[in-house]
Amino acid sequence: MEFDLSVQTVRNLNAFLHDQGSSDSRVTVNNSAGRHNVAVGAVHPCRIEINGHVGYYCAGMNQHADILVRGNAGPGLAENMMSGTVRVTGNASQYCAATTHGGLVVVEGNAAARCGISMKGVDIVVGGSIGHMSAFMAQSGRLVVCGDAGNALGDSIYEARIYVRGRIAGLGTDCVEKPMLDEHGKELERLLESAGMQYPADEFRRYGSARRLYNFDVDNAGAY
Amino acid sequence: MSGTIDRSWLLESATFSRPVIREIQRAAREGIYDIRGFGAKRSVPSFDDLLLLGASMSRYPLEGYREKCDTTVTLGTRHARKPVTLDTPITIAGMSFGALSAQAKEALGRGATEVGTSTTTGDGGMTPEERRHSNLLVYQYLPSRYGMNPDDLRKADAVEIVVGQGAKPGGGGMLLGQKISDRVAEMRNLPKGIDQRSACRHPDWTGPDDLEIKVHELREITDWQVPIYIKVGATRTFFDVQLAVKAGADVVVVDGMQGGTAATQDVFIEHVGIPTLPATRIAVEALRDLGMHRTVQLIVSGGIRSGADVAKALALGADAVSIGTAALIAMGDNSPEHEAEYNALGTSAGYYDDYQDGRDPSGISTQDPDLGARLDPELAGRRVANYIRVLTLELQTLARAAGKTNVRNLEPEDLVALTVEAAAMARVPLAGTDWIPGK
Repeated sequence: MEFDLSVQTVRNLNAFLHDQGSSDSRVTVNNSAGRHNVAVGAVHPCRIEINGHVGYYCAGMNQHADILVRGNAGPGLAENMMSGTVRVTGNASQYCAATTHGGLVVVEGNAAARCGISMKGVDIVVGGSIGHMSAFMAQSGRLVVCGDAGNALGDSIYEARIYVRGRIAGLGTDCVEKPMLDEHGKELERLLESAGMQYPADEFRRYGSARRLYNFDVDNAGAY
Repeated sequence: MSGTIDRSWLLESATFSRPVIREIQRAAREGIYDIRGFGAKRSVPSFDDLLLLGASMSRYPLEGYREKCDTTVTLGTRHARKPVTLDTPITIAGMSFGALSAQAKEALGRGATEVGTSTTTGDGGMTPEERRHSNLLVYQYLPSRYGMNPDDLRKADAVEIVVGQGAKPGGGGMLLGQKISDRVAEMRNLPKGIDQRSACRHPDWTGPDDLEIKVHELREITDWQVPIYIKVGATRTFFDVQLAVKAGADVVVVDGMQGGTAATQDVFIEHVGIPTLPATRIAVEALRDLGMHRTVQLIVSGGIRSGADVAKALALGADAVSIGTAALIAMGDNSPEHEAEYNALGTSAGYYDDYQDGRDPSGISTQDPDLGARLDPELAGRRVANYIRVLTLELQTLARAAGKTNVRNLEPEDLVALTVEAAAMARVPLAGTDWIPGK
């Protein structure tokens, strides 16, 4: 199935993705031209290839679909996705994979601020660098950054794990460097392989929660 | 020297009253601000400061119990293919599973369904019990997105994007660790027993322009079937309501400062936001200014207790109201039957507000399985239904007395104010005069 968004509407596309029940279908989307809400709420296993840039919330709340964006993505890429995969060949704007529960999000370029904010189980692999306040209040899942990370990385983080290969401008409150054990190296290798990124795992460092803010303590009041 | 003293000459300070002294001493001892549930306890101008004008010579009353006075209201007529039609304009506000027990959530659903109205989820997502027992269920979309998933989104009869709430506009939330049971932890994807912080801003939009795209996304995912509500705490109500309309809301919910909460700093509850009375009038003005009054429906909440409150809110131009704290009280919150246990917690029936600490003897604001089991969802649901029926009958009684065949025909002209403050806030005349301050 093919959609030309210079002729058809985003509504046409999304309605098709919600209604079609085929498990092996392939959907091609042309002339996306930065439109918002492209391929949101997909519910069936299928491959969706978008040729062009997309605006806000592309692949939002995806379930089961494998979505490829040949271009850049606007804010909120794959927000609250439950399963499936999303790959962007260019860059992703802010809030990439916000609150996302499951599946794999791959950004081959850079991701802007708040990448993985409140992530709830997703795996995110960014080929380039990420912006400030990324993984803020990250609950679970893994964030892999092959480049650098901006300021306040992992602020108020819960149980998510972060792997960064490059420099970090600064860690957020309660986010600390943690030992890179064998299990983490293997986990990272699997993530890099699934994302198609070719970097040695031993070039990365691991970060996570110091768990000092898990229960309110007046002695930590300054950290809240 | 021991024995009783003559207290009749003791003069209590208006500035440093006994509760103020006690709070200063508590703060000095514990080093942390007071977090509690319930809503604002201070006295603020309210619907009690308005009176309805019954019919007489110039107006024709309807015969009570004989002549029809319609209470149905349809919400979400602007864009949704399936608007929500309620038999009564009294809805149940959003309250989370986590803050409330599963039994309490089920009871709210049962009660609402029995009287043909809607109930609302809360932070933490939708429980199967709640969905099963709620014929009309509004799904809240909150900044934390705890428990948020598209399957539940599609099961909802309406979606409510929560920008803020009256008890804490501009503030986030905190579900303390003692209320995080295995089930709550699993729904929210966090470890058991740790404090769960709810952010004050949504993670993936930052202003009305973004919100418009977010509303569009939710419509796309739900195939434009269900209404989208936008809920705001009452602060800069005129602008907030207009921006909500411009963002595409079908329904705007305005929650005044008397609105309840499960856990918020006392200083926030008592000192932030504006009362429901002026917020209602301002919200209606904002809708009229855009030519969208009745096209976008308005729900107001925050301290609604009686049919008189409902009638006055509707007379100012609201389409419906929501109740929260009053519904909990109807189920048994603060009931004297638990007096001994309230005393053991250092409080008394009528004063209990520690919804945050999970030891609620009524089994409502708790995750303790033994306490929760005390609440019979069928009985509590019946009480909620009875209570809403009473509010509806009171509303009809007042509307008939004003000569209205539909409760939404009540209008500001049916109102006068008892105080200068209320007259100014509601923009209705001070009783016995034609004076509206500021107009």
